[in-house]
Amino acid sequence: MVLKIFFPQCCNRADSGLLVGRWVSGHDSAVVLAVIHYPFIPGQVKQYIQQVQAQSGVELSVLGSWSLPKDGQEGMESFLKDLSTIFPQERWLQISREFGKTGFTCEVLGRDQVCKKNSGKTLPPEEGGDEEQEDEEKVIFVHYEQRKVMLSQLHPIQVQDSESHSELRQMFGTVARSQPLFFMDKYDDGPLKSTHWQSEGREASIIVELLKQASAPLCVLLSWLLAVWTWICNVRIFTVFPLRFLASKLSTCIQLSYRTEHLRTLSSPKAAATHVDFMRKANILVSVLVDVALGVALMWWLYRDDHIPMLADALVPAADRVAQQLEELLQWLMGAPAGLKMNRALDQVLGRFFLYHIHLWISYIHLMSPFIQGILWYGGLSACLGLTFALSLLSDMVALLTFHIYCFYVYGARLYCLKIYGLSSLWRLFRGKKWNVLRQRVDSCSYDLDQVTPPTKHNSCLSPHAAVPPQINPLKCGAVVQTYRTPTYSCYPRDSWAALVKKLFVGELIYPWRHKTTKSD
Amino acid sequence: MEDESFCNISGKPISLDCQSHSSFCREFTVSTPKISIGKVMVYTCSVWLFAYTVFFFTQNTAVLSSAILITLVGMMLHIHFVKVDHESLLVIGSLGIQVSSSYASGREVTTFIEMSKIKDIVINEAVYLHQIIYYLCVLLRDPSEPHGVSSVVTLFQSSKPRLNCLVKIYKSCQEILSTCK
Repeated sequence: MVLKIFFPQCCNRADSGLLVGRWVSGHDSAVVLAVIHYPFIPGQVKQYIQQVQAQSGVELSVLGSWSLPKDGQEGMESFLKDLSTIFPQERWLQISREFGKTGFTCEVLGRDQVCKKNSGKTLPPEEGGDEEQEDEEKVIFVHYEQRKVMLSQLHPIQVQDSESHSELRQMFGTVARSQPLFFMDKYDDGPLKSTHWQSEGREASIIVELLKQASAPLCVLLSWLLAVWTWICNVRIFTVFPLRFLASKLSTCIQLSYRTEHLRTLSSPKAAATHVDFMRKANILVSVLVDVALGVALMWWLYRDDHIPMLADALVPAADRVAQQLEELLQWLMGAPAGLKMNRALDQVLGRFFLYHIHLWISYIHLMSPFIQGILWYGGLSACLGLTFALSLLSDMVALLTFHIYCFYVYGARLYCLKIYGLSSLWRLFRGKKWNVLRQRVDSCSYDLDQVTPPTKHNSCLSPHAAVPPQINPLKCGAVVQTYRTPTYSCYPRDSWAALVKKLFVGELIYPWRHKTTKSD
Repeated sequence: MEDESFCNISGKPISLDCQSHSSFCREFTVSTPKISIGKVMVYTCSVWLFAYTVFFFTQNTAVLSSAILITLVGMMLHIHFVKVDHESLLVIGSLGIQVSSSYASGREVTTFIEMSKIKDIVINEAVYLHQIIYYLCVLLRDPSEPHGVSSVVTLFQSSKPRLNCLVKIYKSCQEILSTCK
């Protein structure tokens, strides 16, 4: 039977001592987790192992001895053999290596017998490692990197059955669960000195340490500022109905609330509980920083080379052009569009009504034209809060400026809806059916002749629902990795494109500010 | 270290290298022939001649520079992703099997399969148009069914050695698998 020993690479150059680890049940293998150095008191070693076992839940035991004799240290053979009597085990491993040579020697002592073996030759450790040959028992030595095995447990594979029989998985699980064993190493002032992956030195940088020290008062300051801001937002005057409704629909206010939430998560004094929470926090921090950086870049581009006056100058002619094209469209509809004969009176009324709207709108734009540059200048300052904030401001402004077009759509859609109802009821009359209001269904009905004489009303509809597509605001801020995703703030509209087209035909009103998450009436 | 003359299914010569590290650990490496310089020259010359004729008619220097760029990028992609230099199979009894293929640019792709997941290593035959192709594959155990096979992993996919080479590797692997399962 082949015996497999998993040996950590960090212990290749460790001083002589005891091997601490676990025998994997069911397979003939042992996982070495750490080396406890001489001198030690056997009682303390046993106590320490029991303590760590209670904390981690891993069945630790002393596996054997490790000897790497430095210059001048000879004659440990008998001492090592005596150790096996102090820590009675089923099998006692004696692994040794000579300084400067690459070979490992391994002796496996049963309880009563001694197996001899030759010193093995080494192989380039690809995934497996060296293995030695034995007369009676064969040994495979596998070097593993403890740090990488620990890192692999950040994304553990979900096991279907409760007990995994895979040997490698058990070995990985053993190393991952033995975290309490790695808290103390040979540089700490404890009764025992051990070597494992942590004793190679933790990676640290002075900048990270300084940032950690600075982050505590920063968090306090941030949470105080957020408290002041939330108090301002909850002032009574802002909770009056129209303002609250507006605030819940305008994307600027929505963005503000999201950012407040994010900053609140960041500034919470508690450290992250699990790794997933920590990654989420780091994700939020990086996204806020990137946002602000992009916003500052936008500001830098906007405020140099006279871009703002250029934009302001381009805005009014653009609005004029839009208004002119709308007027042309209305004139066309008021005449005989595509050769259809329309209800002249209704056309004139609605057409003049809409033309007056557009005239008012254009007058307001012209009235505001001297102030546009100022508005753009101060609005651009808001980009320092982040690029998403600037974009949401822009989207709100566009939405508000084109609100009159939405009003046109509403008038037209309501009229169209009425016409459709009338037409459908006439159609049912033709077929001899009736709408049963009580049962909400169509029933057949027999009419008299004078009831059936078709009414002489001309059904023409002026329908300027030359569709003004409702604005769709996709704003997605999701993380890349599925595990570390912060909740996505996507403002998708309620309906898909097909449903929108259907609604247009049927005459049902489309509300662009209703999102998927809002409840419908 | 044995090195007979084998060839792959298209008839090109390949070389097999068997290393026996111990009684239960063996490694087999199959190396494909390297890129021939003549083929590379032919391809680049034809691409550049074509680009030069296009330039002759259109007088646009961007054609020439884009042809050079395309050739360089194409060569780099080919040696990094397509051209396999050698493939190796390492069998360690009672631990597992490691399959690795290394590309001409030096990139190595390695997969390790645990012994508990392996059912057997077999030579399978595939009928493709008028050819019968033999390939060596690893049968993986199905956890739910004790005698079932969940999936098959093909070995030496790029080098495609012929039956004589496969039989040699197969016999060697079975010696280890039968004793150290």
